[in-house]
Amino acid sequence: MSDDAVSPEEVRHVAELARVDLADDEVDRFTEQFRDILEYFETLDEVPEVDREADLTNVMRPDEDRDSLDREAALENASETEDGYFKGPNVS
Amino acid sequence: MSANIFITEERIEGADDGPLSGTTVAVKDNISTEGVRTTCGSKMLAEYVPPYDATVVERLKAAGATIVGKANMDEFGMGTTTETSHFGSTDNPAAPGHVPGGSSGGSAAAVAAGEADLALGSDTGGSVRCPAAFCGVVGIKPTYGLVSRYGLVAYANSLEQIGPFGETVEDAAQLLDVIAGEDDRDATTRETPLADDASYADAATGSVNDLQIGVPTELLEGADEGVVETFWDAIGELEDRGAEYHEVSLPSVEHAVEAYYVIAMSEASSNLARFDGVRYGHSSDAEGNWNETFAQTRKEGFGDEVKRRILLGTYALSAGYHDKYYKKAQDARAWVKQDFDEALSEADVLASPTMPVPPFELGESLDDPLQMYLADANTVPINLADLPAISVPAGETDGLPVGLQLVGPAFGEERLIRAASALA
Repeated sequence: MSDDAVSPEEVRHVAELARVDLADDEVDRFTEQFRDILEYFETLDEVPEVDREADLTNVMRPDEDRDSLDREAALENASETEDGYFKGPNVS
Repeated sequence: MSANIFITEERIEGADDGPLSGTTVAVKDNISTEGVRTTCGSKMLAEYVPPYDATVVERLKAAGATIVGKANMDEFGMGTTTETSHFGSTDNPAAPGHVPGGSSGGSAAAVAAGEADLALGSDTGGSVRCPAAFCGVVGIKPTYGLVSRYGLVAYANSLEQIGPFGETVEDAAQLLDVIAGEDDRDATTRETPLADDASYADAATGSVNDLQIGVPTELLEGADEGVVETFWDAIGELEDRGAEYHEVSLPSVEHAVEAYYVIAMSEASSNLARFDGVRYGHSSDAEGNWNETFAQTRKEGFGDEVKRRILLGTYALSAGYHDKYYKKAQDARAWVKQDFDEALSEADVLASPTMPVPPFELGESLDDPLQMYLADANTVPINLADLPAISVPAGETDGLPVGLQLVGPAFGEERLIRAASALA
């Protein structure tokens, strides 16, 4: 196990950043699994720096009006709506 | 036990006339179908009904195909066995009691069981080729940009392509003809390089005379003995028909699995941020503010593997770790591309076993995610390099299907189809 192996606190912190609640037993399980997986990811240190001959071009299309989903279709899958809008929980 | 091939069985009739009229197609359940629920194998989208069709579905309908159902899959495409599906695992029709492979396991199983003539899957790190190999059918992972991803529920955009399954190479190629080509709703797509009167299906001539096959030694190391034997038998068959092989070395592939998972998880952590339960998808009853409700919704809606990848992706992108993981993974990706370009400058195609192991028994492999990731060693380098590949049945070991993978240069699908059609 390397010195900077992931701790349960780090797993909780990352879960908070990612907005995924975890049960205590999930934290324990993930801590153990992340230790192995991240240790394996560390073998990327052996990868040499590589010149990237990226041949990238932006692809643009004309900015034209197009049909979009109508409001009813866009709201169809929402659990709560109000006056034609999505209704979410309070922000704070 | 039912094979559990479909999450939703529904007949969607296509146009009256077209190249696929009279043909039935199963569609992986992460490809949007207007008015028919599209779950991604997840509780999160268990009741989600898309208001529009994916481009590939529009093209299927226009070609006269009949869609017969939405096929089971690993949750959001994350898995190698179709066991991470919220809707239960699929049995392998070609090897009952074993997994069909993943993540497009339901699609491959539908073709293997005769429930559909053809099927569509998606391949982010091998998710078409693995189940094709495990179920004894043909699967094609097209060059990145050949097939539109509009309407595919995104997991890792820079890696994934929609790909066809068929019982024969010609069947799968016929479906590729229908779905390939530019789409102005996906700016990464290009026109097919086919000549005016040519088609991918026409390329399935079975001719391999003078075909130069490169065999990357790294992709045979550590593979199951029976799989390697079956692979060499298939190469022998191609030799008998006029092909030649030589060994090649791809040192970069030793790092492909870790690079693939770092990139895929990083992209997943960003892509899956859209599932907040407000606009669509499972919504928690929890009381609280936005963040609390959001986090509870995602706790309830996502399965283990999805949570694992979102968290690891968030970790890999977080301050202090970006250079250590993500940047290095991009270096590895560039290295893999260079290696493949070089190997393909001296060979027409590269060949390896599709999967280093025969199909796992159902339930055998769920507990150790790292071991599961390592099983993708032969398929993920191809996604990192944006190249096309095909998996064809090569034979069996102990009664279990073995797939042979052929890899070609970018937009070299005709060459792959021609070579692979010598075997199936």
